[in-house]
Amino acid sequence: MGEIKQPLLVKKGAEASLYLADWHGRKVMMKKRLPKKYRLSELDEQIKTYRTTHEPQLIHKAKKTGVPTPTIFLVDVKNATIIMEFIEGKQVKQLLSEVSKSERQHLCFKIGELIGRLHKNGVIHGDLTTSNMILNSEGKIFFVDFGLGEKSKELEARGVDLHLMKRALQSTHFRFAEECFDTVIEGYSKVLGSETAKNVLDKIKQIERRGRYIAERKGD
Amino acid sequence: MKGKKTRESYCLGIESTADDFSVGISTFNGKILANIISAYIPPEGGIHPREAARHHAKVANKVLEEAFKKAGIKPMDLSIIAFSQGPGLGPCLRTGATVARALASYLDIPLVGVNHCVAHIEIGKLKTGAEDPVTLYVSGGNTIVSAFDSGRYRVFGETLDVALGNCLDVFAREAGLRQRVGEPFGAVVEKFAANGKKLIHLPYTVKGMDMSFSGLLTAAINLLKKGEHKLEDLCYSLQETVFSMVTEVTERALAHIEKKEVLLTGGVAANKRLQSMIKAIAEEHDAEFSVMPKEFAIDNGAMIAWTGVLAYRHGVVTPIEKSFVKLRWRLDEVEVPWVK
Repeated sequence: MGEIKQPLLVKKGAEASLYLADWHGRKVMMKKRLPKKYRLSELDEQIKTYRTTHEPQLIHKAKKTGVPTPTIFLVDVKNATIIMEFIEGKQVKQLLSEVSKSERQHLCFKIGELIGRLHKNGVIHGDLTTSNMILNSEGKIFFVDFGLGEKSKELEARGVDLHLMKRALQSTHFRFAEECFDTVIEGYSKVLGSETAKNVLDKIKQIERRGRYIAERKGD
Repeated sequence: MKGKKTRESYCLGIESTADDFSVGISTFNGKILANIISAYIPPEGGIHPREAARHHAKVANKVLEEAFKKAGIKPMDLSIIAFSQGPGLGPCLRTGATVARALASYLDIPLVGVNHCVAHIEIGKLKTGAEDPVTLYVSGGNTIVSAFDSGRYRVFGETLDVALGNCLDVFAREAGLRQRVGEPFGAVVEKFAANGKKLIHLPYTVKGMDMSFSGLLTAAINLLKKGEHKLEDLCYSLQETVFSMVTEVTERALAHIEKKEVLLTGGVAANKRLQSMIKAIAEEHDAEFSVMPKEFAIDNGAMIAWTGVLAYRHGVVTPIEKSFVKLRWRLDEVEVPWVK
């Protein structure tokens, strides 16, 4: 794996721990999926291996479609570790609550475009929350954490992906969730065309109706 | 009770969202004086809403009587009537609501409509002392990871299709397992799982914070029908997979919102394996773990009574003409002004 110097735990997520480290003189992010004691080691191995191999593939594919993602330096499947570029910037989660309405709309439109690009090229992010988006000083929005992603061009997968975005906005940014999501969809339509966007929106409605105790189902 | 006592205020709560009809009585200070539960057990198959409602109507009188007797109070002593207004099965909800309306009109006291999911969280906080937990509520009808934020219990993760408890129930019925009176199917699956050893691959579906159990259930049933695996191993694999999924989502919520308490409730909370998994993630994140005792984890009237008290004290009353039941009343639609 090469020498990792001074790993500093920056985020202990549920799925993996993130360390800021020095690797051959570079400032890198080390993502390590630690064994989960709660699940059977056999199941744990399966999940960790699957996610450690798939995530870099998706990150790379996303980059090729023009969506800023961290560059992958090393994948160590045995240790469930990925070493990648450290993205310096601010989480969109924080920004959305701080900035003006016009800036917020600009960000959301841009996010919509980026999701559009991913979907157009068959990449499903799998965990579209505003904490997985980082704005750097050049104004680029980086998408991180593709650990739950998949390759698919199916309407169902696209719908679920955007439904997650909507849910994330509702739970974290409930004050302007609707406005933000509408703007995300505008950006999304610009890339995928209004017809595809409409189909995805219809799919989202269908997905929501599948859920339990949904207001839209009240009439049935 | 002997001797003089200061005048207490009481709330009677009626719960009837699904297969249980229950009446609870709580003081305004959160002392639970009675919690009588009568479960409808279908002769075969799942819960038929109409049959369950019929059961509720039949036992209502007896359950009420028993609750008053247990609490040692009379109907005239009550200050308010609370009932679960949703979410749940229409005929069942309507039966409970009818009883509640009749009592409130007859006694001429206020009626308070309570959200069933909010009530599960509130009784959890009352009984365990948790103040601001991440709650995993898993039952036959619900699979929700929730926490309080800005005036409401927000839903951080939930099932995209069937509930976890329902998934276990359907599998158990397909496998021809039998339940004893008072024993949920989940407990039967747990027993078989305890003797399972081999992990059989089943689809593990976590999408962001949400989960899907329907594909997994179909896969498990297909494997069952093929007959290549031992039932013990299938139960074991089913449990391990679905519980790992809800645990992962609960942990994600915990890491995301950084609360310091985790509360496990709902009928499936009785499962020891699930308890151990949730406890493990709580420890991992330095959070305090609590699990609800069965009497208050399953659907119960006490939780409705107590939540009725909280709501009433914050000005919530439900006029009879607005007391229609809400079959799909989401947890995160409810303002909870009593939580700060």
